[in-house]
Amino acid sequence: MREYAYYPGCSLESTAAPYDKSIKAVFKTLGVGLHEIEDWNCCGATMYMSVKKIVGYSISARNLAIAQNMGMQICAPCSSCYTILRKTNRHIAWDPKERAKINEALNAAGLSYDTLVDVRHPLDILVNDIGLDTIASKAVHSLKGIKVAPYYGCQIVRPHGLFDDVDDPIKMDQLLSRLGAEPVHYPCKVRCCGGMLMTTKEDVALALNLKLLEAAVDNSADMIATACPLCQMNLEAYQKKINKRFDRNFNLPVVYFSHLLGAALGIDLKEMGIGQLFIKPEKLYDVVKEVRV
Amino acid sequence: MKTEIIPFPKAEAELRSAFWDQVSSFPEGHKIKLCLQCGTCSGTCPVSYAMDITPRQIVALFRAGHLEDILNSRAIWLCASCYSCTVRCPAGIRVTDTMYALKRLAIGNEIYPKRFLVHTLSKTFTNNVYRFGRNYELGLGIKYFLSADIKKLFSNIGYGITMIRRGRLGIIPHRLKRINQIRAIIKKANQFGES
Repeated sequence: MREYAYYPGCSLESTAAPYDKSIKAVFKTLGVGLHEIEDWNCCGATMYMSVKKIVGYSISARNLAIAQNMGMQICAPCSSCYTILRKTNRHIAWDPKERAKINEALNAAGLSYDTLVDVRHPLDILVNDIGLDTIASKAVHSLKGIKVAPYYGCQIVRPHGLFDDVDDPIKMDQLLSRLGAEPVHYPCKVRCCGGMLMTTKEDVALALNLKLLEAAVDNSADMIATACPLCQMNLEAYQKKINKRFDRNFNLPVVYFSHLLGAALGIDLKEMGIGQLFIKPEKLYDVVKEVRV
Repeated sequence: MKTEIIPFPKAEAELRSAFWDQVSSFPEGHKIKLCLQCGTCSGTCPVSYAMDITPRQIVALFRAGHLEDILNSRAIWLCASCYSCTVRCPAGIRVTDTMYALKRLAIGNEIYPKRFLVHTLSKTFTNNVYRFGRNYELGLGIKYFLSADIKKLFSNIGYGITMIRRGRLGIIPHRLKRINQIRAIIKKANQFGES
């Protein structure tokens, strides 16, 4: 059985609770173990990097140090956490002096980090470790009839493009089409949603998200599938505000890619927190009614 | 003809020295010297249209000796870390990481654009991590809007209530069991200087 150290990150405890629930349910159904890193802390996000870099990397490394003792790779569903944890590893590998400083900070808490632990995104794990054949063999519903805009966002492909292309990633497209869904042409698949700008500079963020919604609707998508808590929240929870500001009437569901996968695997939609979303993905309810023979 | 080299004013010279410390503290930070002013960064940036100076201009201004003006600009605080510039720069410059370096320089020297208090979000965030070990989103939002934009606090109340009702925003912050570990790490790492 494959096993991973699970790093949910702060968003998956709150705004992205449906992401957390669906990832856990999907991995369980596929027989893949997720073991939550005990007493994990905030990765530092983009914020700590803006204040003090070495402190940010040191607190991020606490999670890596605990995972190192578990002897497993890390599964990090939040794009931001994924990038920060990976950057922490890169920084530690880059300069022995920085590595020594970070370890000195960790030592103050009785920890040390010596063997770099690989950090993986669940999309990478699903497509590359578990494999599309295995996933398809366990599917009980076909997602036929669902047109979905696959939205990757920024930080799972950039800056390093480790498991997919930086300009035109296709892993989510492959996963969804294998399950019967129709990924539509989505030119905005790696365009920025503005992230924290929704809090700090709302005008700019609303305009960015307008473009993302327009591109999905123009290409006849029934819903957008995301892989990042911030993208999902900006696109979905602020849709009303976007409608008001730009005089539109979007009512486009924005789900996590794991919701579509979970529905295909026959997982109860409620168990995956679909009810916590602002806009009900009707099409998803339609497909789970029919049992594939 | 003798060329006269005019030194930078003291404040600018000190900032520049701190800037070089910052960019030498991350992988490939020094590549900023290779900028060829092509403007790919500004062209690919999804928010450059809203910036007072663009990423390309930031490098040009730095070369011309106007680092303080850069720190006074809103541009660095508009960067949303999408890394588009970083993957496209033909000179391999880590533009996003350089933006972080400028943000740290601004916070370290308390030089901010007028009426644009984005940096307070970063500071509130780091305080929350020290107190709880994790991000406390509700507290972060309220505290940020109170200090930076009180009108936004009221316009976002409805949104916050919906999030709470959907179980997507915790009211009570989660504190780590071993919060002392986090605090010890932060205290120790804080001794390693500004970068």
